[in-house]
Amino acid sequence: MRIGTFLRPALTLLLLALVLRPVWFTPLFAPFASAGGPVIYERASLLSLSISHLGLVAAASAAATLVAVTLAILVTRPAGAAFLPLSRTITNMGQTFPPVAVLALAVPALGFGAGPTLVALFLYGLLPIFENAIVALSTLPPATMEAARGIGLNRWQQLVRVELPLALPVTLTGIRLSVVIALGTATLGSTVAARTLGEVIIAGLLTNNTAFVLQGGLIVGLFAVLIYDALVQLETRLVRRTGG
Amino acid sequence: MNAKGSAGALSAPGILFAVLGLAAMLAPFMTLAANRIVAGDAIVAWRLAEPGVTLPGLLSLAAGLALGLLAAWPRIRMAGAALGLAGLFWLLMAGTPNLLAGAGEYARVSPAAGFWCLLAVFILLMSDALGNLAPGPLARAALLIAALAALTLVLWSGALSDLSIMQEYAGRKPAFIDAFVRHLGLAFGSLAIAGVIGFPLGILCHSRAQLRGAILPVLSFLQTIPSLAMFGLMIPILGWVGETVPGAQSIGIAGIGFAPAFLALVFYSLLPVVGNTVAGLSAAPPAAIEAARGMGMTQRQRLLRVELPLGLPVILTGVRIVLVQNIGLAVIAGLIGGGGFGTFVFQGLNQTATDLILLGALPTVMLALVAAIAMDILVDLVRTTPEATA
Repeated sequence: MRIGTFLRPALTLLLLALVLRPVWFTPLFAPFASAGGPVIYERASLLSLSISHLGLVAAASAAATLVAVTLAILVTRPAGAAFLPLSRTITNMGQTFPPVAVLALAVPALGFGAGPTLVALFLYGLLPIFENAIVALSTLPPATMEAARGIGLNRWQQLVRVELPLALPVTLTGIRLSVVIALGTATLGSTVAARTLGEVIIAGLLTNNTAFVLQGGLIVGLFAVLIYDALVQLETRLVRRTGG
Repeated sequence: MNAKGSAGALSAPGILFAVLGLAAMLAPFMTLAANRIVAGDAIVAWRLAEPGVTLPGLLSLAAGLALGLLAAWPRIRMAGAALGLAGLFWLLMAGTPNLLAGAGEYARVSPAAGFWCLLAVFILLMSDALGNLAPGPLARAALLIAALAALTLVLWSGALSDLSIMQEYAGRKPAFIDAFVRHLGLAFGSLAIAGVIGFPLGILCHSRAQLRGAILPVLSFLQTIPSLAMFGLMIPILGWVGETVPGAQSIGIAGIGFAPAFLALVFYSLLPVVGNTVAGLSAAPPAAIEAARGMGMTQRQRLLRVELPLGLPVILTGVRIVLVQNIGLAVIAGLIGGGGFGTFVFQGLNQTATDLILLGALPTVMLALVAAIAMDILVDLVRTTPEATA
């Protein structure tokens, strides 16, 4: 954590510079550029690619969170209990599907572009959130639940005031896993013509220009690491609050 | 098939499967296209061939869904799922030659949404019934082998060889086998290297808290780096190694190809291996450790005779995670010339040839599923053994 206090702002500044002022890095990337080729990716603004990339991830993760948590609430109610084993099977089996394969299989069904990427991100993102939300909602401390019933909360109040807040940290871990996977899969989305930062890496791979690969790789990697770190921080803060 | 009786006797997931399955039966079952690139015409299941030929298939689909409703008899639900799967393949085999007859030399037939949805429904029905039966690891292994044998038999018999995806396969048999070997090499090879590095590292981390605090966060950050970026970042690094280290190029280390993909997979494998080794070793109950210490075991003996055997299921779970993850990630090697099934996936995406995408994606999914099931069986086997002898 002590390293984090220096590293976090430094990496954030590095990321901002890479996205907003790519020209600054020309001397750094120049040795990797293909002979006579461009050093800095200029076919699209890196800022707009970043926004489109993060937008895809945010939209897919938000939808996945909403649907997954709703489903998890349903199967942990007495009425939905019959579906609990089945939903465990589905999450176990679904997570063995490689994200790339989900993305590739979405193309025949939906065509190219942002659509299949969004659907693949959404479908794949459901599983970790659903799994964690089920674990969280089905392992609540019995004493607390008893107390909630005892003070006369109805089922809805129990859910909103006790179960969901207690389940939040574990659910958030699922959301974090899901977001990290989505960031990576969105990068691959550029192979199916979605506008994401993967475009820079793919352009580099296609033209043998390692400078592009490095540039794109660094930006995507930094985004992932910083977002992951931010979500971990959020979780620890929440755990501290609910635990203390 | 007698689905009457009180609602309590019906399986709730079974009702869901029946509704979804009936809806999927109305969806296009196959497509007929003039060639491998254009979009095809959709054909529903009952128009695939003469009614006399499709009827048995349709009936077994319906019967399978109906048997799936019987909550009290998981074995009959299993049989229903098997019947439904048989019906699916019956329709596929009956439809293919009939649709191709007189449709032109380059015509292609493929399974469509209806087939895939029904396949998913029956596989889920089967796993739901299996979940109720809760068979032991050996019974599951037998089932897995039987399922694979049935699939091999269907593919080997040539009954499906006129399907579009099988024609893509026939056109590139040597390339497919090469991709298969490469894919396995990438997934298992990187697992082996990660094991050689990761297990000792995990054991060290287990005994030294400081090392653990330093290494695990670094490994989890490595894990978050998007795969395409990781594969890409390996290129300049290995390119540099290939050019500067004498002899490196002669053993195949270069900026693109197998080496960067392999190294990226090793990096991704380290966290589950090290993390689960640490978790497995610390899972031994304190009483067991205390008893071992009381018997006068040295630290090394405790590790080998108590902590490792007790932690083995958790350690193997780490191996399962790595294996499934690597089989999936190895697809990306196709983008940097590393071979494997990804080659077909990305070629297919470039040519917008759906069946070529499937030729890469389906074996990958199959491989990942089989690896996951096999590793689950193995984990169960090692988990039950020590408890049975204790």
